[in-house]
Amino acid sequence: MVKKNAFATVATMALMVSGGAMAQDTVKIGVNQPLTGAVAASGNYVTNGARIAEEVLNAKGGVLGKKVALVIEDNKSNPKEAVAAAEKLIVRDKVPVMMGAWSSTLTLAVMPKLVEYSVPMVVETSSSGKITTSGNPWVFRIAPTSAMEAKAFGEKMDQFSPPIKKADFLAVNNDFGRGASDEFRKMLEGKGIKVGVVETMAPEATDLSAQLANIKQSGGDTLFVTTGVEQITLVLKQAAEQRLPQRIITTGGSSSPDQLVAQAGEAANNSYHILFFAPWFPDKATNPDVAKAFVDAWKQKGYDFAGLTEGFRGYDGIMTIAEAVKGAGKAEPQAIRDALWTTKVSGVNGNIAFTKEGPSGKESGQNQPNIYIVQVKDGKVTLP
Amino acid sequence: MPEFLQHLANAVILGGTYALLGIGLTLIFGIMRVVNFTHGELYTFGAYMAFMLAGMFGLNFFASLALAALLGMALGALIEFALLRPLKGADIDTTMLVMIGAGIAMQAGEQLMWGGVAKSVPNPFPTDPFVLGPVSVGPIRLFVLAVAVVLLVIFYLLLNRTKLGVAMRATFQDPDTAALMGVNNGLMYTLTFAIGSGLAAIAGALLGPIFVVTPTMGDLVALKAFAIVILGGLGNIPGATIGGFVLALVEEFGAGYLSSGYRDAMGFLLIIAVLLVRPQGLFAAKERIG
Repeated sequence: MVKKNAFATVATMALMVSGGAMAQDTVKIGVNQPLTGAVAASGNYVTNGARIAEEVLNAKGGVLGKKVALVIEDNKSNPKEAVAAAEKLIVRDKVPVMMGAWSSTLTLAVMPKLVEYSVPMVVETSSSGKITTSGNPWVFRIAPTSAMEAKAFGEKMDQFSPPIKKADFLAVNNDFGRGASDEFRKMLEGKGIKVGVVETMAPEATDLSAQLANIKQSGGDTLFVTTGVEQITLVLKQAAEQRLPQRIITTGGSSSPDQLVAQAGEAANNSYHILFFAPWFPDKATNPDVAKAFVDAWKQKGYDFAGLTEGFRGYDGIMTIAEAVKGAGKAEPQAIRDALWTTKVSGVNGNIAFTKEGPSGKESGQNQPNIYIVQVKDGKVTLP
Repeated sequence: MPEFLQHLANAVILGGTYALLGIGLTLIFGIMRVVNFTHGELYTFGAYMAFMLAGMFGLNFFASLALAALLGMALGALIEFALLRPLKGADIDTTMLVMIGAGIAMQAGEQLMWGGVAKSVPNPFPTDPFVLGPVSVGPIRLFVLAVAVVLLVIFYLLLNRTKLGVAMRATFQDPDTAALMGVNNGLMYTLTFAIGSGLAAIAGALLGPIFVVTPTMGDLVALKAFAIVILGGLGNIPGATIGGFVLALVEEFGAGYLSSGYRDAMGFLLIIAVLLVRPQGLFAAKERIG
């Protein structure tokens, strides 16, 4: 054991020395994403988007005259690993700012570490309200909260015909899923729409027949589904098997409709999806030139087109961080955090800027993103 | 009432595959006293082989299933030969650690080879379900149940009606005496591990087309397989079959009438209850293990 420890110490020292040398000529940005495990597909898409941002930034000479260097850590879709990854990024790699950690559960797990080490994090995907209302002044979220998503959806709801009269819910049993079904329920009830069955499913569950059997009996006309793309695929396939009469709408923006078409086939037809970027129609984005350039860069890298609806989050996240570093004038955590409050970016989703949310004195930053509703028709993604 | 029948149909179909998983695992434990932590990965392996053969090479779906099972058996035989044979006589902790390591390595290998994006196995069955009153069932699920039942029967006959089955059971009861009677113990171990692995692989290949194929799909399945085996009594083959159906019923009705979010917890609550009352499992093996 003694020998092993000695070796580990030497190895760690060697790493620290090399890390220290690197810090001289680069601006490091930590990336904490699920690259393996249950939600690996999404985490890899986001990371690909982040890599494109890194290349674009460096092609223009980097920030503060230094190259941008992403330090990417895999949180293995596991909250414990997400905390370890954050700690490693902060303590060993000495990153002054991070982006992460995809799902709400992973992000919430990491948040206490931000306070402990005083390092800011830009949250690119998570939607749970708690993230920006719990009084963590180191969190800046570019993704919409479930409440924002529900509100924005409510404004576009008239386009459904026949109209939504009674809604059912099927959500993954974690912060993301429960948060979304609560917020959508509140919004719908506020508009006088009845709510039928509210079902949940474990994140790794594959057989959803019991939930779907209950939903089928509820007499509702619309089913809101909140989970990642893998489970949405299963819901669509099994809903077709059980002949679910409801119209299916997915929330959360992680549905990758192209992947659904490829994997659920006919079962994906006529489903609706709430997205935060619609790469099929970049000209409909708030900043069409930014959106188009990003889609082109993604295609050029040979990444899967289906990943664009997630990948843009990584791109917008890193661009936001880079802009904040420029504003801060130095790559230091406190300065970057202060600069984030005044950072303005023309992103793929839209114009990014932070407003204060949460208890006064320790507010978190929250952006107001755009949402899009798309429909799958005959195996093609369309704007309804 | 209508949803009751649908829940029942769902449970029976799910139970068939649970039983397949359970007997594969219990067989290996019963005969070899090896806690097989690669079981879930062999399930994943079977699903990926079905994807590769049917989805990438465009092979006939049914031929792909059979080939996936055979490849699973071959991989099982390889694991036995390369990892377990050299460990003969090692204590159970050592074997367990090696198997845990092998399981992790296999999952990492799958991730490396296929990536994190879920794959879907094409199949020739129509998506339109059979509808019988309030119950509707996808044709592929009926096919999976039929194959599971046929395999369970074949497996039962193999174990109880053939010379090979007698030799395997003899090795299970007393390897030394079996060896004196001319049974090649080493061969029995390899065969047992291969058959158990083949059952896991075919379960994966059968369920792959219903669900989606991901590198981590085996995690929960392995946990369930252990639950089924403990429920039925370690090393007890009829017990594992019944355990598979019991677990499916409890999960389906628990999720249907109590709480769907805790669907997977239901089964484990049941196991805790069973172990408190009958520590040897519902169907105790004639010979106590341990």
